[in-house]
Amino acid sequence: MRLRQAIVAALQDEMRSDPSVMIMGEDVAVAGGPFKTSEGLLEEFGPNRVRDTPISEMAFTGAGVGAAIAGLKPVVEIMFMEFLGVALDQLVTGAAKMRYLSKGQVSVPLVVRASVGSGSGFGSQHSQTLENWVTSTPGLTVATVSTPQTAYGIMRAAVRDPGPTIVLEPRALYAVRGPVERGESGILRLGKALIARPGSALTIVAMGQTVTTSLAAVEQSGIDAEVIDLLTLAPWDRETVLESVARTGRLVVVEEAPESGGWGSEIVAAVTRELFSSLAAAPFRITAPNAPVPYNRELEARFLPQPSEIARQLTSYLATDSVPAPWWVAEGIHHD
Amino acid sequence: MTEATLATSASSVERRADLRAGAVQRFERIVEIRGFEERLNVLFASGAIHGTTHLALGQEALAVGLATELEPTDLVTGTYRGHALALALGMSPRAVLSEIMGKAEAPTGGLGGSMHLCDMAIGLLPTFAIVGAGLPVSVGAGLAFQYRQERHVSVALFGDGSTNIGAFHESMNLAAIWKLPVVFVCDNNVYGEYSRINLTTPIEDLHLRAASYAMPSAVVDGMDVPAVRTAVAEAVERARSGGGPTFIEAKTYRFAGHSRADTAPYRPAGELEHWQQRDPVLLARRALEAEGILDAAAIADLESRVGAALDETIETVRELPEPALATMFDNIWTPGEGAAR
Repeated sequence: MRLRQAIVAALQDEMRSDPSVMIMGEDVAVAGGPFKTSEGLLEEFGPNRVRDTPISEMAFTGAGVGAAIAGLKPVVEIMFMEFLGVALDQLVTGAAKMRYLSKGQVSVPLVVRASVGSGSGFGSQHSQTLENWVTSTPGLTVATVSTPQTAYGIMRAAVRDPGPTIVLEPRALYAVRGPVERGESGILRLGKALIARPGSALTIVAMGQTVTTSLAAVEQSGIDAEVIDLLTLAPWDRETVLESVARTGRLVVVEEAPESGGWGSEIVAAVTRELFSSLAAAPFRITAPNAPVPYNRELEARFLPQPSEIARQLTSYLATDSVPAPWWVAEGIHHD
Repeated sequence: MTEATLATSASSVERRADLRAGAVQRFERIVEIRGFEERLNVLFASGAIHGTTHLALGQEALAVGLATELEPTDLVTGTYRGHALALALGMSPRAVLSEIMGKAEAPTGGLGGSMHLCDMAIGLLPTFAIVGAGLPVSVGAGLAFQYRQERHVSVALFGDGSTNIGAFHESMNLAAIWKLPVVFVCDNNVYGEYSRINLTTPIEDLHLRAASYAMPSAVVDGMDVPAVRTAVAEAVERARSGGGPTFIEAKTYRFAGHSRADTAPYRPAGELEHWQQRDPVLLARRALEAEGILDAAAIADLESRVGAALDETIETVRELPEPALATMFDNIWTPGEGAAR
């Protein structure tokens, strides 16, 4: 099934098993979701459990917080991650603090789903990933998906999670097809990374659509890289990453977001601290440039690290044991 | 059990129920809140407490009238100016003061402070320190009640300043279209932080804003407990019977500055004195005397008894232990959370 259908399946299975699960967001009910990620749910579960909202992210995200406190398990859809900007207070300052500020009297079993990322020609205000808006807040779990199976498994885990969880869904992957194992055995564990491809030459840590591009780069370059699909960004799976890098001695983090303030810095810092003496070369990050996502098809295609760019940097890294320059520097186009 | 012992040792649920016992009990709570806030001001000024505080002097009657009409199973969101609401809903002066003094036995274990008071036994969610932030959460609680077809009511208490933030308008709109059991209570105390309402808002009669959402509204003298009770009772009944949300504007006045550092030099001359004629303590006292429930001597006795209990509470709380360092890591994640370690 397609990734978007795996999301529908996950929501459907959770709603069938738990009557307190409900979904709300813009056009999620009658239209089945702008990206068809709730298709058929209104018909099966009715208007009390599947609700279209006004274009009021602050109100319906906050309503998700309040409903969760009062015993529901709301799944709130944010059509584009950018729209969460007007509702961030409700998550960062609200949901993430409710348990802390009540000494455990209150918990917030809320899921916020948001579509993210470039590659669809939506321009600079509808193409960002923006995970760094939420990964630095203790109390918020931030996860992402990369395949139909991880979409199904992470979504169900998020709904079952007793705390507030944000799930980032790469829009460019909604139509991707893959096998999905439904039911309990298909559910993943939040906070646990997956090894998407085992290898020994170096460790790649990726998430969302950079998992796909990294796997393609490995294929192109013929390098025996281990590719870790991080899945949960906060808190991230140190154990799996450190274990892998301890074996390979080399780390490359592939991110879709602009270089500044990216989640990969966190990984590189932790690996450097824990494994400095056993590293064969400096860990580094392959990222997008420090620029908004451009609209033009060719420019947008270069923005997201492409398999060929990743392959070029990996090859250079292994050959020289030094950190390669990103394409915009290597090609003399722009210097940070 | 005498009233004085009730004030120091009763559970928050019992203290809530006490408000329905009679006008004397409600007067006593008003006196308690006033005495609490006045003493707090002194404690802050003397450096006995760190951080900041937002006093609710002048807003006691609204809190008490509102609390009287709610059940402990109703859910309430409040603001950083929350001491009066918390005490009225049933938290004890000891619980509120220990929170403000950051003590280990406080409801949040000393991690919250003056702006974050919580007691779920009486339906008080952690009070919100962001203007307007509680309103969407109240809408959500109302959604849960409607979803499960329960007769509980969700209440948001907020200031006049909140009616200029998006959260207010979005929440009013969402509650209205879904006909949620929410009561929006606007404490119009004339000032939003350091600015008088006329400088920030094109109208001073904020109940007019409800019309934009086709929402029933009421405007009430927030200094008068019976007036507040009548308006709240009507709104609560509407909510419980499926009639949807109501907006109540309570006209009050903030006798103190915005926060600890503010002496409110910006008030127009005579405004404070004008409102002091309608001081909630004064009005409640007069009503008891006029109705022959308590005479002046009995009132003076009650006031001194409540004051003495508060003084004793302050001395007790000062000596309470501080929280252990390790508690700063408590309750960030929910047990069972997959990502928590």
